[in-house]
Amino acid sequence: MSGFDWIVPVILTVITAATPLVFAGIGELVTEKSGVLNLGVEGMMLVGAVSGFITALVTGNYFLAVCAAAFAGAVMAFLFGVLTLSLMANQVATGLALTLFGVGLSALMGQEFVGEPISALNKLNIAGLSDLPFIGPILFAQDALVYLSFAMVAIVSWFLYKTKAGLVLRAVGDSHDAAHSIGYPVIAIRYLAVMFGGAMSGIGGAYLSLAYTPMWAENMTAGRGWIALALIVFATWKPGLVLVGAYMFGGITILQLHAQAAGLNVPSQVLSMLPYLATIIVLVLISKDESRIRKHAPACIGKIFHPAA
Amino acid sequence: MSGNEGVTPQLELRGITKAYPGCLANDHIDLKIMPGEIHALLGENGAGKSTLVKIIYGVLQADEGDIIWAGAPVSIANPHSARKTGIGMVFQHFSLFEAMTVTENIALGMSGRQNMKALEQNIIEVSNSYGLPLEPNRQVHTLSVGEKQRIEIVRCLLQKPKLLIMDEPTSVLTPQEAEKMFETLRRLSEEGVSILYISHKLDEIKALCHKATILRGGKYISECDPTQETAKSLAEMMIGTNLQAPEHHETSKKGPIRLKVRNLSIDADVEFGINLSAINFDVRGGEILGIAGVAGNGQIELLAALSGETTCRDAETIALDDKAVGQLGPNSRRDLGLAFVPEDRLGHGSVPEMMLTENAFLSGFRRMSLLNGGFINNGGTSDYASDIVQKFDVRTPGIYHTANSLSGGNLQKFIVGREVLQQPNVIIVAHPTWGVDAGAAAFIHQTLIDLAENGAAVLVVSQDLDELFAISDRIAVIAEGRLSVGRELSEITIEEIGLLMGGTHGMGETEGVSDVA
Repeated sequence: MSGFDWIVPVILTVITAATPLVFAGIGELVTEKSGVLNLGVEGMMLVGAVSGFITALVTGNYFLAVCAAAFAGAVMAFLFGVLTLSLMANQVATGLALTLFGVGLSALMGQEFVGEPISALNKLNIAGLSDLPFIGPILFAQDALVYLSFAMVAIVSWFLYKTKAGLVLRAVGDSHDAAHSIGYPVIAIRYLAVMFGGAMSGIGGAYLSLAYTPMWAENMTAGRGWIALALIVFATWKPGLVLVGAYMFGGITILQLHAQAAGLNVPSQVLSMLPYLATIIVLVLISKDESRIRKHAPACIGKIFHPAA
Repeated sequence: MSGNEGVTPQLELRGITKAYPGCLANDHIDLKIMPGEIHALLGENGAGKSTLVKIIYGVLQADEGDIIWAGAPVSIANPHSARKTGIGMVFQHFSLFEAMTVTENIALGMSGRQNMKALEQNIIEVSNSYGLPLEPNRQVHTLSVGEKQRIEIVRCLLQKPKLLIMDEPTSVLTPQEAEKMFETLRRLSEEGVSILYISHKLDEIKALCHKATILRGGKYISECDPTQETAKSLAEMMIGTNLQAPEHHETSKKGPIRLKVRNLSIDADVEFGINLSAINFDVRGGEILGIAGVAGNGQIELLAALSGETTCRDAETIALDDKAVGQLGPNSRRDLGLAFVPEDRLGHGSVPEMMLTENAFLSGFRRMSLLNGGFINNGGTSDYASDIVQKFDVRTPGIYHTANSLSGGNLQKFIVGREVLQQPNVIIVAHPTWGVDAGAAAFIHQTLIDLAENGAAVLVVSQDLDELFAISDRIAVIAEGRLSVGRELSEITIEEIGLLMGGTHGMGETEGVSDVA
């Protein structure tokens, strides 16, 4: 075993790098499945990160902190919903604006808190199991959010493909006109999906400021919101693959650090390009097969719904 | 059955009025449907039929007027409450979800939760017993128009409605399938289900319906007993003027072969697509060849191969005026005088969100020389679009309105007009009058006949046999990707074509050949 001692710490860091991507990705997946493209993930994550951090610092209650982050992300998403769903603004432009707004707002909110330390989110400690060699620290000694991220993937999967409400949500994303004529409230359903996406992005952001690096720094998401967006295309809108993709992309981020430490001569910029490169390759591959895209990609994504006759 | 005057009507409408900005779609319309009555709603496109049925189904709300259901006034706030009341509807423009399976689509159209396994079983039973075979696990986007319509019908039947609204249900069925469905509807009627039936096929209404209400320009015109009227008198009531049957040219002068197809075989690249195998036919100048067939037997693939959307491996497979064009794309074929009216008028035949001028330009810019060194000739394009609107009597507020603002019939006239004005040598038309009213249909038929008389080769793919018999010189049948030999109109009967369409299509249990012959 001794030659493989480095494996456990590497896996642990991959988990911490992947978890925020899982949250943001699975939330945005639900948003996109309802036919809405919200490019504001990065902004929502930042606002979630700073809200969670401030709450943790002030109250010391991490449960409240995570709730505050989810709430803040949902509020940002609600704002996006008002603009794009009710006022019918262009979704791409509004999403970009939301990211820029989120960067600014989070910096403003966090101004007085930069550099303030908090203790990291507690790791669970299950007597007996956590001390098992190798699998103990990986499977049984994570913080609650890591477990929650896996649970969310399972819940979203179940919701989308096993429940009537999930079927309706996918239907709204596939053809809002047909859904409307059958009598489903398209706009209301999209509001809920968008706000769920915002709440998940908020939690993803909070994972960074509460667990990954327990502190607040401006722009601390460092492009993870964009990776989450790429992740959904990479996963061809399937929840299970979002999880797989998040760990691959998370692994690549970690690889950057370890490659440098090991003195490997790969420029870190090349490694940070990898997630996007992988996404482009997947896009090309799936685009060759029309029926696969139609099966999973929501046909109405980014389209404005006019509830006319 | 109808005629029980003492009974309370299942549905009664009193003074229904609905105004849109700039137009009164429904102007104080009254309607009464008795339990078990099959009631036809007749009118041209734009007469207000669609608006009226959407009000009954709760998609739209009336500005004025009352809806009385089985004697008690009701308000139908949305389609869910319509379904709860006992109203089912088959839409003309389908309300289906392309990326989902047949079962999922049907579950979405039903209120409440469903057990998917039980529902699947239910679908198979109901669809087979009504002669509308469906495979529950197929993805909708792989199905043809006709198959999609079956989903809509089965979706309604599963909910055991008291009133069934059917908007053009038979327009894509074979005569045998339609006859089978009439049996179903008659059976439902005997079971006490009322049916509100919208169709442009007047013979069908005469054969099926007990009563007919006629609308024109949003107003109630009259109620009549269709069995006492002729198809011609019904049509004249709808359009308010006299109607002329298409004037058929006598088969006098046939020109040279203008469209030649030899050994056309294409493997479908989509799951559940139809492979074309060894298709051969010719169309001469001055001739109209009709291709009949049930939806989903290779029409989509054949049309794509002819238009150039799918190219052939061997250029010699398709020849336009003796020029091998098999490897050319749509624009190059258009340069050589091919014109094309696709099946789906919104999305394939036109860009829904674009203006009529832009839609005219997109198909006509080469033949009509509307491009000046890479720039759009705006003057020429508007002239071309105005020309289409004027010559083909397209009813629109103006050429700068979007394609999706036109009613189905008017958009079809626009698309046909756009292609015809390019003076094609060969024109390929898919379902030229699907969902188009009698007046516009007669006009489109006459246009195609005139075009042939001027020397063009015309190929019409349609499921409406009456239409093919009215305009074609020869008819061939496509079934499972194979095309039968084209036969002169005088040598073939509707029954024979029906057998060719259905017989080889592997619907043995439900579409038995024996019970047709």
